[in-house]
Amino acid sequence: MQEIPCTARLISKYLSALTIPTGCKGLFSITLKGQWSFVVPTSSAIFNLLIALFVLIGGLWIGQNVNLLPLDASVNATVYDQLFKVLFSIGTVLFLGIVVLVVLSLIKFRRKPGQTGDGLPIEGNLTLEIFWTAVPAIVILFVGLYSYDIYDRMGGMATLPNNGHEHLSMSKEERIWGGIGSSEVSSAANKGLTAIPINVTAMQFAFLFHYPEGEIISGELHVPVGQPVNMRMESKDVIHAFWVPEFRLKQDVIPGQPTILSFTPTKTGRFPIICAELCGPYHGGMRSTVVVEEPENYQSWFQKNAKTPISET
Amino acid sequence: MTIANQPSDFERGDRLQPTGWMRYLSFSLDHKVIGIQYLICGFIFYLIGGTLASAIRIELTSPISDFMARDVYNQVLTLHGTIMIFLWIVPVVNGAFGNYLIPFYVGARDMAFPRLNAVAFWLIPPAGLMLISSYFITGAAESGWTAYPPLSINTPAAGQIIWILSVLLLGGSSIFGGINFIATILKLRRPGLKLMQLPMYCWAMLGTSILVVLSTPVLAGTLILLSFDIVAHTGFFNPVLGGNVVVYQHLFWFYSHPAVYIMVLPAFGLVSEILPVHSRKPLFGYTTMVYSIMAIVILGFVVWAHHMFTSGTPPWMRLFFTIATSFIAVPTGIKFFNWVATLWGGRISLNAAVLFSCGFIVNFVLGGITGVALAQVPFDVHVHDTYFVVAHFHYIVYGGSVFVIFSSIYHWYPKFTGRMLNEQLGRIHFFLTFIGFNLCFAPQHWLGLNGMPRRVAEYDPQFALINQISSVGALLMALSTIPFIWNTIQSAFNGQIAGDNPWEALTPEWLTSSPPPVENWRGQAPLVTAPYGYGARKKEEEDAESTDTNNQGN
Repeated sequence: MQEIPCTARLISKYLSALTIPTGCKGLFSITLKGQWSFVVPTSSAIFNLLIALFVLIGGLWIGQNVNLLPLDASVNATVYDQLFKVLFSIGTVLFLGIVVLVVLSLIKFRRKPGQTGDGLPIEGNLTLEIFWTAVPAIVILFVGLYSYDIYDRMGGMATLPNNGHEHLSMSKEERIWGGIGSSEVSSAANKGLTAIPINVTAMQFAFLFHYPEGEIISGELHVPVGQPVNMRMESKDVIHAFWVPEFRLKQDVIPGQPTILSFTPTKTGRFPIICAELCGPYHGGMRSTVVVEEPENYQSWFQKNAKTPISET
Repeated sequence: MTIANQPSDFERGDRLQPTGWMRYLSFSLDHKVIGIQYLICGFIFYLIGGTLASAIRIELTSPISDFMARDVYNQVLTLHGTIMIFLWIVPVVNGAFGNYLIPFYVGARDMAFPRLNAVAFWLIPPAGLMLISSYFITGAAESGWTAYPPLSINTPAAGQIIWILSVLLLGGSSIFGGINFIATILKLRRPGLKLMQLPMYCWAMLGTSILVVLSTPVLAGTLILLSFDIVAHTGFFNPVLGGNVVVYQHLFWFYSHPAVYIMVLPAFGLVSEILPVHSRKPLFGYTTMVYSIMAIVILGFVVWAHHMFTSGTPPWMRLFFTIATSFIAVPTGIKFFNWVATLWGGRISLNAAVLFSCGFIVNFVLGGITGVALAQVPFDVHVHDTYFVVAHFHYIVYGGSVFVIFSSIYHWYPKFTGRMLNEQLGRIHFFLTFIGFNLCFAPQHWLGLNGMPRRVAEYDPQFALINQISSVGALLMALSTIPFIWNTIQSAFNGQIAGDNPWEALTPEWLTSSPPPVENWRGQAPLVTAPYGYGARKKEEEDAESTDTNNQGN
């Protein structure tokens, strides 16, 4: 975030340099005579500086204080919310900046009644153009590096278990496609926690959760808080998508190509599981619930349902 | 091919071309007639697509599925997307304004291939009618405009096949148009006119046409394979027969992401024509504008998989497409800063054309910012396929392209008809559209972030209020078309006479009568080497006054 105050200074400098007092014809040439960066500050330069400061502080304030997201209930969600705050802050500053520039130019440079003639014959300015190529490039680079870091922390860069030496039950020919959060499992394994394996089957228009350890088949997903979950998902018919907004995670469930999704819930509660890929007429009704419970409650649910292949819902 | 260089022959022209309003219903070869045909045909489809959008917004005022049957809802959203993209925005920003303006801009009397041009247009009405009639005959396609298999293979086949056929026809029309634009811009330029002297819209159309010609065949091939899967039970994309559903997504988005640029690059070009005229200033940074268009074209080909971050793509691929997509923001950003710099220091006439163009800048910047956010894989895995994405792309294609279409109609209507539009009604149209649009789509960002997926007829009741606000915005947008339609119809008969050049513009289409004669100019085409030479007079005066002002404004 270091480059932003610096950017604002430059913007305000160029703003003041570009400012041409309207209505006073004689001042055109005076302003034009100076170099872009050596214009003596006028009252309107101060005005522009104030506006730039207002945009910057206002944008950052909105970015940091306006919460648009639902509850964060997984390890991923906390990381995601950090990224969201940064993107939201940068985006708000840029958006407010452009809006203010457009509105200001429409107000300042509108043709007043009785005014004739053209504007200034400025066809370009190399310094300015390099400036506004470089600034977005730097911001983009920063955003890219930061989101790469976030992606890595979410486990997106972990190699997919494709070589048959993983703990999921699958045949050797199967190729796992995509998925996020797979490295959480290995980091959790280092702390002595084992991931709960769950097989997810999606079909028109329901999710089924199969716990291979207890031979449970359930329509609701029950998981204990604080323990990583490793899901292997496959669809029976068309493409569906498994989405829990509170976990900030989504993964398509594809027929013929199993995908994996790992997450670690951090808060107890009942959260919606939503199908996010158009799957037919009842797509909007294809919902389920993930129940995140205290470990002992989860254990009692597990014991109660184990080895009975009847859906509890 | 040689029409452009021959001296004009009005008698022959009059004999070949039907005259009067009937020529708009004929197989006319006049690029101006074809342009207007594209525009009016596109607008009729816009009204149909808008009606479908209203039906969607009515359904979503309540959290339960109560306004229409669930499968009809899916048909409606499929038709809405397909009509708005393939029958309204693509034909209008490319076909309508491209056909009308490009021959003027290059100093030609018509397009390079006038018959191909007319064929390209006349493919559109039957394709559109076929698409819409499928709803009444068998039920339209119901797998969304993306037609992802296996859903598109499993749903009723007749509607899906008709959908494929009409998209193929529309794609063909698009390719014919693209070839024609490339040939016209590169080969029919008036002697003495250099590429770097062309108005910016020519560059935008050159870039767009390259995208069209290189990517649309991929869509055509993909849809033909999909139709084999549906009709002949082949297994290209059908997982039951060993097909791969993700391959379809790669092929589909290889066209359909460039399609976004096919919808917005011409809009960028049109804005670059409109703003300098009304702010009485040269277009700021012509050369960087040209290079940024070409950078967008090149980058546009290598970003398609950002639509597939949740589909099952390997990590390295997600990372590559994140970076490529993010960097499109750089050339796009240059264009926006250059437009603001064009406004800055001008003498801006605050008319409807300028208002819509500035509305476009504001809306598109918001859509671009959410676009950069969506390009980040970790951000996208939460909001992919939600109303956040719906809001994002409506800010791009409606807030962007459609605002520009309206701006362009206000700007070029005097040339099309010889009469001015009513300015008061134009402003009412702008404010209704701008407020309605933002009221409709801005709240949808929140909906997506908080858990409302797209393409649903029923949703969590906690989202009811925000959806109702969004529907009120949609109502305002629907109402906003009334002053517009009234304005365009009654001004055609009673509008103030415009004269040849009401905006005192310098680009070549204004250097002939309004409306222009059949072969564009009586006599030689003018050589316009400085299409944005506004403010030149003042510059000369100032040069005379003082000698050291040149270092500012070269």
